[in-house]
Order: sequence, then structure tokens, then C-alpha cells
Amino acid sequence: MATFLLRRFGQAVILLIVVSMIGFTILHLAPGGPLSQYAVDGSMTQADLDRLADQLGLNRPLPVQYGEWFLRMLQGDWGVSYRDRQPVLDIIFSHLGATLELMLTATVIAVVLGVWIGTLGAIRRYSFFDSLATVGAMVALSIPTFWFGLIVIYVFSVGLDWLPSGNRYTIGDGSFWNRVHHLVGPSIVLALVSTAVWSRYMRSSMLDVINQDYIRTARAKGVSERRILFRHAMRNALLPMITIAGVQLPVLLSGALVTETVFTWPGMGRLFLDSISYRDYPVVMGVLMFSAVIVLLGNLLADLLYSVADPRISRQS
Amino acid sequence: MIEKTQSPILRVDDLRVAFGARKKWTEVIHGLSFDVNPGETVALVGESGSGKSVTAMSILGLLPPGQARIEGNIIFEGREIPQLSPDEMRRLRGGDIAMIFQEPMTSLNPVMTCGNQIAESLAIHRGLDTRAARAETLRLFDRVRISDAERRFSDYPHNLSGGMRQRIMIAMALACKPKMLIADEPTTALDVTIQAQILSLVKELQEDEGMAVLFITHDMGVVAEVSDRTVVMRNGDLVETGTTADIFGAPKAGYTRSLLSAVPRLGSMAGESLPRKFQIYSRNSGEAEDIKINETPASAPGAPLLKVQGLTTRFTLRKGILGRVAGRVHAVENVSFDIRSGETLALVGESGCGKSTTGHSVLRLTEPDAGTVNLNGENVLEMDKDKLRQARRRMQMIFQDPYSSLNPRRSVGNSIIEPMLVNGLATREEAHYKARELMTQVGLLPDTLERYPHQFSGGQRQRICIARALSLEPDLIVADESVSALDVSVKAQVVNLMLDLQQRLGIAYLFISHDMAVVERVAHRVAVMYLGEIVEIGTREAVLGNPQHPYTKRLLSAVPVADPSRRHVSRVIDEREIQSPIRQPDYVPPSRSYLEAAPGHMYLDADIS
Repeated sequence: MATFLLRRFGQAVILLIVVSMIGFTILHLAPGGPLSQYAVDGSMTQADLDRLADQLGLNRPLPVQYGEWFLRMLQGDWGVSYRDRQPVLDIIFSHLGATLELMLTATVIAVVLGVWIGTLGAIRRYSFFDSLATVGAMVALSIPTFWFGLIVIYVFSVGLDWLPSGNRYTIGDGSFWNRVHHLVGPSIVLALVSTAVWSRYMRSSMLDVINQDYIRTARAKGVSERRILFRHAMRNALLPMITIAGVQLPVLLSGALVTETVFTWPGMGRLFLDSISYRDYPVVMGVLMFSAVIVLLGNLLADLLYSVADPRISRQS
Repeated sequence: MIEKTQSPILRVDDLRVAFGARKKWTEVIHGLSFDVNPGETVALVGESGSGKSVTAMSILGLLPPGQARIEGNIIFEGREIPQLSPDEMRRLRGGDIAMIFQEPMTSLNPVMTCGNQIAESLAIHRGLDTRAARAETLRLFDRVRISDAERRFSDYPHNLSGGMRQRIMIAMALACKPKMLIADEPTTALDVTIQAQILSLVKELQEDEGMAVLFITHDMGVVAEVSDRTVVMRNGDLVETGTTADIFGAPKAGYTRSLLSAVPRLGSMAGESLPRKFQIYSRNSGEAEDIKINETPASAPGAPLLKVQGLTTRFTLRKGILGRVAGRVHAVENVSFDIRSGETLALVGESGCGKSTTGHSVLRLTEPDAGTVNLNGENVLEMDKDKLRQARRRMQMIFQDPYSSLNPRRSVGNSIIEPMLVNGLATREEAHYKARELMTQVGLLPDTLERYPHQFSGGQRQRICIARALSLEPDLIVADESVSALDVSVKAQVVNLMLDLQQRLGIAYLFISHDMAVVERVAHRVAVMYLGEIVEIGTREAVLGNPQHPYTKRLLSAVPVADPSRRHVSRVIDEREIQSPIRQPDYVPPSRSYLEAAPGHMYLDADIS
């Protein structure tokens, strides 16, 4: 187990370095830059801009800039925002809560619905429900998140006036139900794709399991169909889902980016998009690295969970 | 036999089972009738596809509803099983009728502890609470002779060997004192010494509990060993039924006769030194076909071809932060043998003894750690990549499972042609011509070259695998359990084909098998492997006729005898588990010396425990 952890940790560090290099390079190769913000209105002379570039260290060679940024990052100094001079880490943490809230809610919806739909589809294979779920999943996977978000807002906020069209809560009213009310729209939009994915994987995993010999054994010893499903089949069918959860994490993160923008949700996704349009490089790099860490940790956690859940792995040493 | 006056506990009457969906039904059981009396063992025998397992599954209502249609009647203790409600059916399963299956490796739930899987049965049928169920489970473990019951209770199935898992299955089946046990090929996947243990366990428990047993098997030896009465099935039809003594002593149906005659019997080759083909019997009349089959003499060994010396293959087990070596699997330990051209050396032993690894190591499919493998005087283990490829042309392999060793998306013609093209031996047209020739040689129609593997039966596929191996005109074929998965009559045909090819082409075989009766037919010489070592090697006549090493003796005595009259001769059943070849990292194998029983008949001078 320790070897495994150590190896995974080493891989994670290498991956993070690669991600940071690619991110940093692409960002600085893109046309425009932090200074273009100041250049547009013409109030600054070229000399002013040069001085600013010098102050921010933007005129140095790229590898030097990267090296300095990287070393500081390791020491916990993720830089300050060009926009409001706040430390990057502070900004990220102030947006983290909103994103986690949204992602967790969406995940719970996706897992519960996906497992349920997938299981039912598997045990009633080729039934009307199964066909409906199959078509539904295809449709859900084909709908772009931003479009679905807009439709939800158009129908439920503008048309029916059931849901708020954005934000995390009404200013001045931070009550629990007000927050829940705001959460409904974006979390359903974010959960849509994941639900489709989960239901498909769950269906095939369940189909696999219910044809196994040990299910026949359980049936032969007189276990009820209900108990076979919940005690014998479900645990086995859910095992591969743990890995799927890890793999789905980046999908969920990128989904959150779009959803948060559509619903003006004050989370990391919106922060990321805003920071890109402001050319706020330190924050963009910060969010990028933070997301990468979350994805890697999530997958590591999934693997660890798997070895706990599957006796065949944890006991073999 | 004792006259049974009781009414039967189970009566199957004109059973018809069909598979299919939406009005397209294919009948697989065509009106089967038989009885099982209380306390009696009835064997249901037949080859694959005879419908014996389907019959068992329909008794317990385990066939997928909607995809299977059952007609006729199954009456258990006066109740019509097909009419039972789902709840009644559930109480019947596991409560009144219990079942054990063929595959102990996959028949237990991998994420539940062994103990809980048995306790579950007790809770459902006998309403025991957790503590009482646990106590009863421990008692059952004891009953099926699982030692260290406390620890085994919380073990998961993957920690146990196949034989142990089958014991767990039996304990589960016995949990609720069923009146009848259905055993569907319970020992087919097990080694012969373990098979003997399980069979004697089932017999003993049956006598103690007084339950009826419906024993499903393809193995006539096992039938003779366990059953009071026998029902012979073929293609979903009842062929013959009667007491086991009658069936074996005076079979009426031609098919039964052919089935019995086709069974390889250990000891039938006494007094002969060369291999001999199986007599093939007509499936309908049971008469011997092709009387001249053994007129051509079997091939006699020629010049030395392969010389293996000190072959050692170990697998390292690592654990811990630094990948510390935790132990080694001594799969092949200092193995030496030689094979002449046109000769068959059989490598026999039980699972985990290293016989397959030896075969792989000779071809360097697994890289050995030490030793030499001389093929025509050249050391295979020192060859570079190119030379090895050339050498492999002369050493081919046939595997156990003809279903998975052919690419399903490739026509069999392509599978046979590919080795010739890859090795640049022929142009496409020449290769195609050769493939047609090979198909004829292995007894298949050349026009079927364009077909895909799923269009052939298991025996035909194994012939195709042989044709593919032959396409490179090898000197040596390593046949790894190549006939083990085949039905007896098909097995006989494939063995005959291999002997025929050997005699015509002078091919040498390294014949890896656990089936002593087949080995007796095909081998010129036999090497017995145990825990990675050859414990005894010599001519087939010497090793099987005059075994010296205790393990060889044990192996031979465990083979079931297809003769019900010899069953009650008390057999000492060895309760030993098969040993593991895993050793501590600092383990140094002791130096071994062989004793000579007769010229060329060597055995290891060491006690095995």
C-alpha cells in the first residue's frame, strides 16, 4: 500500500509540473497580455507600459518567469491578482465554497439518479423504461451544458418564475432555504451529463454482475430477488463506479465552469473565466493548478476507496 | 440393489424445455422422465449439449424467466414445482433442495465473507439470529472438514483454493438440511486428488443426512464412483436409465456403450510400450468403427531433439515501500528432461505444480531464470530475438481452450495462413493452398476455411489450432492441456489425430496434462511434477505401472475408476490440500538426487509431506 501511495504521489507531482508548464506557456503565447488592459483606452504612454511590464516582471524570458512563479508557488506564495492586488490563494478559497457546494449537490443527484436508472435498466433490460433511459442518456450527453442552462433559466425562471435565474442567494437573505432554492437550477444543469454517464456505466456494470455465477448461487439458496439485488449484486456493481467517479471529476469541473457562468454562480469556474478575460494571469494559473490538484487527489482517493471496498485488492499483500 | 418401496422424492415427467423469445422457441429437452428416490444418488450423464445442466436448472427454476419455457411436470414431494409461487419457490431453494455448481472459483460472492454467505442461508431458511447463525456456520465448516473455522469465517473467497471453495459451497448447501442435493459437475474444475476428497465428502454427508443426490457429470468414472442409478442423456433425449451396475455391466443403448467404451481407462495399456490410438465407437450403435485404426504402428522415438537441463523459473513477489522481495514462487525448479523426435513426453501434475510454466519456459514465452534448453544442439535461452523467432518456428504450441485461442474476428483460414506469412515461408497463394492441405490433414473440409471460429464445435476448433501449429512444420509441439476441455468421444478423435500426425511427420510432443488416463494412451514417457520439480520420470510403462515416488502413487490412486463394482474397495482418501510453491526469499532449494528404479526410470529421493 505504501509503495502504491508513494508511486502515485510521484506521478502526481510530475503531472502537476507538466500541467503548470503547458498552462503557463499557452497563457503567455496567447496574443494580448495583462498590459493590453491598460493599452486600450490610450491614457498610458508606451513608456508607462514598459515601466509596468518591468515592475510586473513581464519583460523577462518566459522560462525565468516560469521558474520564479514555480518556486514561489512551492513556498505557498501563489502571487497576487493583477486586478485587485489580493493574494491568489485567498481569492481561490473565497470562491471554493460555492463551487464545492454546487459540485457536491450535482454529484449526489447524478449518483442517486444514475445508479437508480442504470440498475432498473439492467434488471428490466430491453423494457420500455430501458429504451427510454438509453435514448434519454444519449440526448442528455448531446445537449451542450450552456444551452441547457439557458433553457432552464428561460422556462423555470423567466417563464414560470419558479426558480431564481442566478446567484448563490438573494442579497440580504442568506437563509438555508433561500440557498437551496438558488441551488436547484445550476445543480440540475450540472448533474445532467453526469447522470447520463453514471446510468450507462451502472447499467453495463449491473448487467455484468447479474449474470455472474454467484448471483445464481444466491438464487439457488433461496435469497429473495430484492436481497439479491441489494446485498449481492449492488455491492459488486458499484465497485467499478468508484473509478468512474474519479474519472468523472474533470468532466464535472469543466461542467461547473460553464454552469457557473450561465447562472452567475460565484464559484471557481466563473472566477477562472473572469480572470481570463481580465488577463489576470496569476489567478488563472492559480485556479488551473488548484483544479489539477483536486482532480489528482480525487482520483487517488477513488483508487484508495476501491482497494478498501474490494476485498480482493486490499487483502492481497 | 435394495428394492425401494418408497415413493420418489422427485419425479420429472415428460419435461420439455425450450429457449428463445417471441414465438421462436428451440426445444433443448425433448420429454425427459426420471425419478429420484429418498436417500438415493442418481447420476445424470451426457456430453456437452445433452441438456443435463438445463434439466437441473429447471428443477430449481433457475432458468431465466421469459427466455426459457418449461413444459411437463416436475414433482417434488407431491408438489408441482412449476406451479409454485415465487415465495414457495424461494423456500424450496436452499431449504428443501440445495445446489452446488461446477465453478467454485466464480460461484461465491467475492465481496462477502465465506462465513456470511453461509450464515445468510441459515438466517433466511431457519430464522437464526447472527450469533446462532455464526455458531452453526462454524459447525458446518467442521462438517465439511475446513480446519481453522474461526479464521475461515471471515475470509473472503479469493483467499481460498478451489477445493476449499467447493467445501464452502457444500457447507452452504447443507446449511438447511435439504432433502435433496443437486450437484452440477461439482468436481470437474478440481484436481483429481481434490476431486476424490470432495466426492468422498459428498458420499459421507449423504449417508449421514439421508438426502437424495442428483449428480450431474460428464465423467463416467465419477458416475461409477458415486451413483446408485444412472440416467444417460443425449441431445436433450433420455437414452437409457437403470441401476449404475446395470448401465456399466450391460448397457442396452448403443450410445451408452459408445460413451463407456470411449472412456480412457487407466491401466488399459498394461504391457504395451508404445502409444496407441483410441478405438472410435459409433454413437448410435456403440459398435467399434474403423477397426484398422491400430494397424499402423505408433511412432517410435528417433534422434534426440530437445534437451532441457536445470530449467528454473521463479516469480518474485514484492511488497512494502521499497518493493522488498517478500517471497518467490518456485514455479519450475531445476527441471531436466529430453525429448526425441517423434516422441511424446507427458508432463503430469496438479494445478500449480509448474507444468504449464515449464512448457512456456521451453518456448521462452516465460523467461526462465536458469538452465539450458537445447533444440537441435542450440541453446534457446541464449538466442537473440531474431534467432528465437526462427527457433519458435520449430516449436509450436496448442492451448487448452479452443474457444479463446482463435481470434473470433478472423476467418480460420487467415488464422492458419498468418504464421506462414509472418515467417515468410510462403506467398499468399502458396499459403492458401497449404492451408487447404492442412485442413484435410486434420480432418476438416478445406472449403470451410472462410468460416469463422464460432461456426465450429470445440473439437473442430482444436483441430484448427493443430492445423495452425502444423503450418510451420514444427519439430516440437507443446500441447498444454490440449484435450482437457473436450468431450470424451471428441477427445479420443483429437488424440488419435495427434498420434497420427506424430507418426506421419515425426513430431515430438511435450504433452502437458492432468488426465492420467489420456496420458497413458499418448505418452512414450511420463514426467510427474510436484511443486515445481520433476519427482519421477521414465517410460510410461514404468512410471504408471510401477510408480516409485509417493506423490505419483497418490496421484494414480485418486483417479476415479469407471467400474461401479470396484467402488467399495476402500480407498484411502488423502485429506491434504495441494501445497503452494511460494517460498521465503532466502529459501535455497535443497539439492536433490534421483534414484534409478530401472534404466531410464528415475525418481526423487525425498519425502514429500
